[in-house]
Amino acid sequence: MNAKFIRNTLVKTAILLLAFLMVLGFVNFTPSISRLSIYNHLVPGRVRLPYGDTPSRSYNLTVSNLDMMLASHLISSGKKPADEYRVILLGDSSIWGFLLKPEDTLAGQLNSMNLRTQDGKHIVFYNLGYPTLSVIKDYLILEKSLSYQPDLIIWSVTLESLAEKNALQSPMIQPADLQRLSTQFGFPYSTDQNQDPVLASLTHARITLSDWYRLQMYGFMWAATGKDQDYPLNPTPAQRDLEADSSFEGCPEGSFPCVQALYDVLKTGVQSTLGTPIWIVNEPMLVSSGLNSDTRYNFYYPRWVYDQYRSDMAAMAHDAGWTYLDLWNLVPENEFTNSAIHLSPTGEKLMADSVAAQIEAYLHH
Amino acid sequence: MTILTVLILAAIALLLRLTFRLRGRGWALLIASLLAIFWLQPSMPIRNLDFWLPVLTLFLTLFAWEITASPEERLSDHNLATLAIIAGVILCVGLTRYLSVTGILTPSQPPPTWQVLAGIVLLAGLFFAMRSAKKTIPALLWIGFTLILGFFMLLKLPGLAGLTSSGLHLLMGQSTTNASALDIRWLGFSYVAFRLIHTIRDRQSGRLPQVSLQEYFIYVIFFPSFTAGPIDRIERFITDLRQPVPMTSEDLGEGAKRLAVGLFKKFVVADTLGLIALSATNASQVQGAGWTWLLLYAFTFQIYFDFSGYTDVAIGMARWLGFRLPENFNHPYLKPNLTLFWNNWHITLTQWFRAYFFNPVTRAFRSAEKPINPVFILLVTQLGTMLLIGLWHGITWNFAAWGLWHGLGLFLQNRWSNWVRPHLTTLEGRPVPKALLTGLGILLTFHYVALGWVWFALPTIHLSLTVFGKLFGG
Repeated sequence: MNAKFIRNTLVKTAILLLAFLMVLGFVNFTPSISRLSIYNHLVPGRVRLPYGDTPSRSYNLTVSNLDMMLASHLISSGKKPADEYRVILLGDSSIWGFLLKPEDTLAGQLNSMNLRTQDGKHIVFYNLGYPTLSVIKDYLILEKSLSYQPDLIIWSVTLESLAEKNALQSPMIQPADLQRLSTQFGFPYSTDQNQDPVLASLTHARITLSDWYRLQMYGFMWAATGKDQDYPLNPTPAQRDLEADSSFEGCPEGSFPCVQALYDVLKTGVQSTLGTPIWIVNEPMLVSSGLNSDTRYNFYYPRWVYDQYRSDMAAMAHDAGWTYLDLWNLVPENEFTNSAIHLSPTGEKLMADSVAAQIEAYLHH
Repeated sequence: MTILTVLILAAIALLLRLTFRLRGRGWALLIASLLAIFWLQPSMPIRNLDFWLPVLTLFLTLFAWEITASPEERLSDHNLATLAIIAGVILCVGLTRYLSVTGILTPSQPPPTWQVLAGIVLLAGLFFAMRSAKKTIPALLWIGFTLILGFFMLLKLPGLAGLTSSGLHLLMGQSTTNASALDIRWLGFSYVAFRLIHTIRDRQSGRLPQVSLQEYFIYVIFFPSFTAGPIDRIERFITDLRQPVPMTSEDLGEGAKRLAVGLFKKFVVADTLGLIALSATNASQVQGAGWTWLLLYAFTFQIYFDFSGYTDVAIGMARWLGFRLPENFNHPYLKPNLTLFWNNWHITLTQWFRAYFFNPVTRAFRSAEKPINPVFILLVTQLGTMLLIGLWHGITWNFAAWGLWHGLGLFLQNRWSNWVRPHLTTLEGRPVPKALLTGLGILLTFHYVALGWVWFALPTIHLSLTVFGKLFGG
């Protein structure tokens, strides 16, 4: 063996590696690969969007590409059937169904009611909730969901999802979305100026490929087990005894500046549906009777801020002519699981009954 | 091992080969292997155990050499230098405690220096205590053999391993509340044990070649094959050690190819299949026979690609170092009967058991005063060998069941082959029916092996039976 051979081998390896990295960094294959999916073809579509921190136990994982997520969802299974009345549910982890089996979620419970329209169409509910409290994230899903021809959209929110500090805290919000949405809604946003664009593109391409690959593989486990969430045996119950603290997100009692900006996102979202009816739901939350419950409703909200929020939402809905369901205290305290917004199956049933009654009333009048 | 670990080891292998042709090569290999066993050892909840287990490996290896080496070999001054190197490496690794509180070469901070020095003194004491022995003492060979088996039982019997874990927790002044059998992960011990027993048994039968302490240590802890084999034979290994395969471009290319193929098999194919392979968690969740078969097939291929991938990596790395390690796999899932499967699956392990259990036991039966039915001998030796291979993976009911499954399969296949052989003569000159029969044999053998993995992959007999029920639509 001679030095020339080693040199030639190293040079050729370096050239091949460089070429591979350049293809990965410069060619934007994300849109194409994101829509490619074994779901709804080789394996059944998921009944809720992919999300999971423990993939080996939940057979599910958190990915950052919304197109990839939607391609794995049942809603992408094909053309909307003629006899289907399609209802899309948007919202946070309470709609997605944290700690709930698919059949116990709001969509699962509503589907099990086998509701029909007056003309005999089957009302089918699609769970497009996603476990982060961010109205921006809901807005992005809403934009995409319009292409699935919904007949009705039900958008569930709470004050925390409108809070500005949470707005961008969702893995599915990509830099391109951030730029567009921050310009559109005027909230502060800064890009990382120091990051090399090619390196960023390369990293993004690698993550996309890895996410796509694992999501497809876990599709087999989803099909084999029907499981898409890891259920801890003894989840920590939601806090009932509360701190004697009346501030909210740094805002002292009496001020209410924290969420003002993001009502615009909600308003724009409602206007963007191009005629498709959209309802806003103020989702149920835990109303504690524990320690300091005279100051706070729960871990998230002091009473003063939440009362103010409800009043503002009601006024806004009235002024804009929205269909607005305020279900804030619909579910009793004991029907919450590990958070002030996560419902037990019974809690979800109460919410489903309430939504179903409203739909019946809406469709029959 | 992570992909980064493999790449670093491969780079070290190449560097060693390019730097040391023959002179100094043994010392370089010894030091690299000594450092590697500390570096590769995983972390454990028992304080300092990640330092002491590699040291214990070195103790066992030294003891095994002392009892197997000839008196003349023991007295060679060359061995003093080897001992000094071993002691020096242990001390250097121990001294890294002053460089970092989290450990540099070891997963956690090494123990206090006085403890390390005490360990070195004990090691040297063992060396000098036996150095001047005038002859090989047969009883010591049996003591060594028993000692290795004892450690094996301590590690592989869950109850005993749990007790040992509690004892070690107490010894280190830690709470025993969370002590478990899984706390003791002695990296490479199984393969070290095979190599040591091989040399002890060969010394007993007078077949062991003369090897220096340095050569013996390199053979036992050779870093490319330390964690997952193959289990080479010492007489073959020292040939390459004393006269390395010349470093040609073909060798470099072949080594690189084996490494690349191994990495691909392990980190792409096996790890992907691992996402959907049958496991204790998903076995009770899977619904429907079709999906259960899919999970089982995934496990069947995952275990093959995982293990043969590691073997490729070891062979490739060794090739770069000038060694031609034996092959461990030769398309085992494409063999038309179970005997051929076992001749081509984990080849060095089956050869080891054949040499040190199957053949001696068969000979003992055949030389018995009262003649024993050969069919009975075959049944007992097949079941015994496969049971031991099963229990080597862990002393549990499921590994025993897996071993018996294969033992019984081998016996039945042997009987069937004997019965059907005369009838097959009619197929001579008829390639199509012969090919069909071979194809059917491959299919049946593959599925028998795949079904056997149900015992292997799952922790309890009950869960395994549940999965069998699901596979056949129950």
